[in-house]
Amino acid sequence: MGQEILELIGSSLWMIVGIALIFALYLAISGVCYFVWGLYSRGREKAKGYTSLKTVTFGDESAVVANRIASIAAVIAIFLIWGVATGSKLTPNLLPGPVEGTVSFEYTATNAAGETGTGRIDMLVHQFGEKPEVPPVAAEDGDFAMNQSLIVAQRRKALIKTQADEGFAFTEIDGQAVSPGETVNFDGGNVFVTTRGSLSVEPDVGLTMEALYLPPPEAVWSRFIDLNKNGYQGVGLWENVFWSLIRVVIGFALGCLFGIPLGFAMGLNGWLRGWFDPIVEFMRPVPPLALIPLIIIWFGIGEQGKISLLFLAALWIMTIAARAGVSGVSISKVHAAYSLGATKRQILSKVILPNSLPEIFTGARVAMGVCWGTVVAAELVAAEKGAGKMIIAASKFQLTDIVIIGIIIIGVIGYGIDMIMRGAENKLVPWKGRG
Amino acid sequence: MSGLTINDVSMTFELPNGGSVEALKNINLNIKEGELLSVLGPSGCGKTTLLNILAGFLAPTGGEIDLNGDKVVGPHPARGMVFQQGALFEWMSVEENIGFGPSMKGTPKAEIAASVEELLGIVGLQDFGQKMIYELSGGMQQRVALARCLCNDPDVILMDEPLGALDALTREKMQSLVLDIWKKTGKTIILITHSVEEALLLGERLLVMAPRPGRVHKEYRLPFAELGVGADLREVKRHKDFGPTRDEILNMIWDMEEEIMGRTETA
Repeated sequence: MGQEILELIGSSLWMIVGIALIFALYLAISGVCYFVWGLYSRGREKAKGYTSLKTVTFGDESAVVANRIASIAAVIAIFLIWGVATGSKLTPNLLPGPVEGTVSFEYTATNAAGETGTGRIDMLVHQFGEKPEVPPVAAEDGDFAMNQSLIVAQRRKALIKTQADEGFAFTEIDGQAVSPGETVNFDGGNVFVTTRGSLSVEPDVGLTMEALYLPPPEAVWSRFIDLNKNGYQGVGLWENVFWSLIRVVIGFALGCLFGIPLGFAMGLNGWLRGWFDPIVEFMRPVPPLALIPLIIIWFGIGEQGKISLLFLAALWIMTIAARAGVSGVSISKVHAAYSLGATKRQILSKVILPNSLPEIFTGARVAMGVCWGTVVAAELVAAEKGAGKMIIAASKFQLTDIVIIGIIIIGVIGYGIDMIMRGAENKLVPWKGRG
Repeated sequence: MSGLTINDVSMTFELPNGGSVEALKNINLNIKEGELLSVLGPSGCGKTTLLNILAGFLAPTGGEIDLNGDKVVGPHPARGMVFQQGALFEWMSVEENIGFGPSMKGTPKAEIAASVEELLGIVGLQDFGQKMIYELSGGMQQRVALARCLCNDPDVILMDEPLGALDALTREKMQSLVLDIWKKTGKTIILITHSVEEALLLGERLLVMAPRPGRVHKEYRLPFAELGVGADLREVKRHKDFGPTRDEILNMIWDMEEEIMGRTETA
């Protein structure tokens, strides 16, 4: 236990270092962009308007306006970093990639007879998945040390077997002395002499990331085109996304259908508030993801289970939003309406309902976000179709590009949902925050 | 029986610690139809409690209130209310706000539109009918609140510091408007205010209330409201009796405040 805690602390500290380095790099790029932008914008059109005349901007949040140039540059920078780190063809090759083509070295060896001979190893390093022909072996010089040629995939190692002579031993690689258990570098890779007298050759892997961990942007793009055309595992890309969305819409709609009246009931009636308070307060902090196992036990992995889960995810949020909406109605509005002769039913429909719309919209935005996150998680656990199902299935086959496409689409759609909700809010409750 | 009768009204609030506060004690008043009554007093004298009882939002712990012979048991369109601020419906246009009362009763739309149009003229918002509430200034919003109350044609208009949140200039204009409306419609108006000048200008009858227990301390009959109708209120303030009356009431309230402060210090 104590040991584990120490390890946890240790790895956390290393994470701090790693994260700080990444941030520092990203900030440095930001700094360079800012400098360039400063050079460009100097002497050009200045910002206009009231805010530009404020002298105190540090500390005045309202005077801090997002610089859209910075936002665009930041997104471009992300893609550049991605491209450079993966050795993309679209970006300058700032980092050396893995060796490609023929690399060779010469070795010197002795045999049991005490003779010394040299041999030449030619290695064709090819991209993973290709199968080129083995290059011809260089012409022999006549001594016992044979020349060899072989092919090896990038980022893989090749073992060169020792000659079956008892007294055979490698002594030099490209003129550098070597003994078993040692590694020496040659131009284009390194070679390790095993204790049993073989050579383990590893061509240089460079500093770029392997596609298994992060494929380059163009690979992701071409996979995206392919997914669009052919889908994955027989389900179209947008069909997957559509299924996730339709579940969210139905679950959210059910949550609103029951949650809003429930919230109103709790805001308007003491008995009902008391009756529902324990369950609402208990269910509110339970993350919907924690319900997935129970939902699977109850409903199986079909649509019913997913929609029940999303309904539960939206229900409590909408209930609490509607209840807050009722309690947010200023008493003078209600008094005014009664004094003007409104009945209880009219108070509900003409005063309480419209007055709680801003709160309900805020709740709806939260609920939509939670539902979107929950549906993806539920699909990760078990589903036949859906964005989450697509990425979990792809990850099992190490198709990182599909995983990345899925994540990007999930993010874009989540953002799109929020934008739509915000647009609807501005349209339907223009008085929000201005009452 | 015509007019508003307050019969021996008392209001005692129980406190959580077992004690009680007499917010109002044995209030007796008779307000004639068409009377303009202003109520003044230091904070805590129970004037807002009294107004809430008159409106029917609170049930008194003793006594009762009758309007034209009917006992007050709850809010009723016969007793309209104008609040300080924030009681308008932001989700409705100015017109919809003003026509709210009649539309709740199911009055025909054309009829409502006609009276809304007339009221917009009276309160000086002719071109603002289509605007939303949040597009109006504070003074304009209170004009809407007045018009909304008038549109429902109440017998009594209760005003709870309706001009309290307005700036001085807007406030003076609104005071003239209240006087005009009083004269034009002949409604009974009961106005609660913190401002002594406002109470003098907008009360042909003025009650000064005293705290602990809340009660009527002194009553005045004043000529200024009548003088102020259609006149420049600055002229009215130059009336020979205005200054002395104002000072007398100011001193009275000042003494009460001092007494409260003294009591809380010793308590």
